[in-house]
Amino acid sequence: MSSITTRDAPRGFSVQEYLTCLTGIVWREGLRFLHQRERFVSALVRPLVWLFIFAAGFRQVLGISIIPPYETYILYEVYIAPGLMAMIQLFNGMQSSLSMVYDREMGNMRTLLVSPLPRGFLLFCKLLAGTAVSLLQVYAFLLIAWLWDITPPAPGYLTVLPALILSGLMLGSLGMLISSGIKQLENFAGVMNFVIFPMFFASSALYPLWRVQEGSPYLYYLCEANPFTHAVELIRFALYGQINWISLGVVASCTIVFMVGAILAYDPSRGLARRGPAGGEG
Amino acid sequence: MTSPAPIAEPHDAAPRPDPVVVPALAIEGVSHAYAPRRALMDVSFNVRPASFTALLGLNGAGKSTLFSLVTRLFGIQSGRIAIFGHDISKSPGEALRLLGVVFQPRTLDLDLSLTQNLLYHAALHGISRREAAARSAELLGRIGLEERAGSKVRDLSGGQMRRLEIARALLHRPRLLLLDEPTVGLDVKARADIISHVRQLVTEQGIGVLWATHLFDEINPADDLVVLHQGKVLAKGPMNRVIAEAGAQDVNTAFMRLTGAQVMPGGGA
Repeated sequence: MSSITTRDAPRGFSVQEYLTCLTGIVWREGLRFLHQRERFVSALVRPLVWLFIFAAGFRQVLGISIIPPYETYILYEVYIAPGLMAMIQLFNGMQSSLSMVYDREMGNMRTLLVSPLPRGFLLFCKLLAGTAVSLLQVYAFLLIAWLWDITPPAPGYLTVLPALILSGLMLGSLGMLISSGIKQLENFAGVMNFVIFPMFFASSALYPLWRVQEGSPYLYYLCEANPFTHAVELIRFALYGQINWISLGVVASCTIVFMVGAILAYDPSRGLARRGPAGGEG
Repeated sequence: MTSPAPIAEPHDAAPRPDPVVVPALAIEGVSHAYAPRRALMDVSFNVRPASFTALLGLNGAGKSTLFSLVTRLFGIQSGRIAIFGHDISKSPGEALRLLGVVFQPRTLDLDLSLTQNLLYHAALHGISRREAAARSAELLGRIGLEERAGSKVRDLSGGQMRRLEIARALLHRPRLLLLDEPTVGLDVKARADIISHVRQLVTEQGIGVLWATHLFDEINPADDLVVLHQGKVLAKGPMNRVIAEAGAQDVNTAFMRLTGAQVMPGGGA
C-alpha cells in the first residue's frame, strides 16, 4: 500500500508572510530597474519625444476646445500629457511581460515559482511590482513636463496616484495575458505592432474623441471600446482632481478580467514544454 | 541547522504518529509526455530523510523533467508526488516549504549582490527581513563568501555561484534538497567542495538529498541509487545492492549492463 502518509498538520501562511513576500518582490523589481539605466532613460525619452517634438509641431494644427476636465482653453501639450503617462504604463506593462518571458527562459521565473505561497498571489505581486516601476517613470515624466509648463493643480499629483495604480495593473495584466501566449522572445516585436501601436493610436491619448467622431464614426466606436482610452481618461480626470466614473468602471472591470485571465493562463510548463525542459535535456 | 529556529521543527523532536518513516520525497507511478515523446514512464522511488540519493542517468534520461514536476513547474499528468507526506498537487504550499532546490541552469540575479539575492529568496518564503539578514550572513559565512556579501553575483566564479545557490536553497531550512547536476561545468576542486558540503548537510543536519548526475564518481557506496534511463527506472536501492543485482563489480559496469541493452543507435551520451 502507499507509503505516503501525512505527518505534519498544514499550517498555512500568515498575513505577515504574504506582506513580506509582496515587499520582497517589489523591492527586487525596483533594484533591477535601477540597475537597468538604459531602460529608465528610454522609458522617459519616448514620451518626451512626443511632448517636445510631436506636440510642438501639432500645436497649430489641432485646436482643442474646452472639454472636461479642463476649464479653459489648453495647449496641445497639456492635452496629450495624460495620454503620454498612460503610454509609459502601456510600454512598461508590455516590457514587464517581456521580462516574464525572458525570466522564464533564463530560469529566474523558476525561483519565483518554487515559493510556497499561492501562485496567483506571486503573479499578482509581480504585477504590482511592475506597476510600482511604472509609477517611478510616470512621476519622472511629470517632473520634466512641469518644467515644460505643463502644470496640473498641485493636489492632482496625489489624486492621480490611485488612477495610475489601477491603469498600471490593467496594462500589466494585459501584458501578462499576452505573454502567456508568446512562444519566444522575438515575438515581442509582433506585440508592439499588433497591440501597443493600435491601442495607443485608437484612443483619446493624442486627440479628443469628438474630433475623431467628426472624421470617422467607426473609428470613434473603436476608440470608445478601447480600454486604453479609458485608462487615459481616468488618468486625465484624476490629474485634475475629478473622477470619470465610466472610465473607472471600464478600467476596473478590465483589470479584473485581464488579471484573472492572466493568472489562469500562466502555466510555466507551456513555455518550457515546447522546447523540452529548460536545462539542456533533449 | 544548529540554531533553535522557530520555523522548522527539529526533526527528531516531533512525535511520529505512524510507525512508517515518512519519506522525504515519494514519487509514485509518475509518467509525463511532451506531445509525442514520453519523457517519464511510471517512475516510482523514495528519498529517505537524512539520506543521499543519487539519481543517475544520461542526458535526456528525464532527470530535469522529474525535477520540474517535483518543483511544480510542470503539472503532474499521472502519478503522485509527496514531500514529507504533503501531496504537491493537493497542498503545494506545505510541500514546497520543505523543499530546497538547485536548478541546473543558473537562476541568480547577476546584477544584484549576494545578500540581495538571498534576501529576495527569503522574502519569497515569507521570512522577515531581520531573520533573513541573520540567516544570510550565517550561510555566507559557511560557504566562505561573507567578505563578498556586497559584491555583484556577476563577479563570482562558477563554483562560487553554485555554492551561493546551495546556500540560497537552504535559507528557508528545507528538509529535502534537490540538486540537478550541480557540478556541471565546474573544475575538480569546486566539484569536490560542493559534493562534500552537500554530504555534510545530510550527516549533520539530516537533510534528505536527491542529487541528479551522470557522473559516476560523485556516488558513494553508502548512497541510495536510482538509475533512470529513457524515462524509466531500471534499478533502485542501496548502491551495493544495485551493483550486485546487475552482477557487476562497480557502478560504472552496473550502469552499462543495465542500460546497455537498451541504448538505441545514436542515443545515450
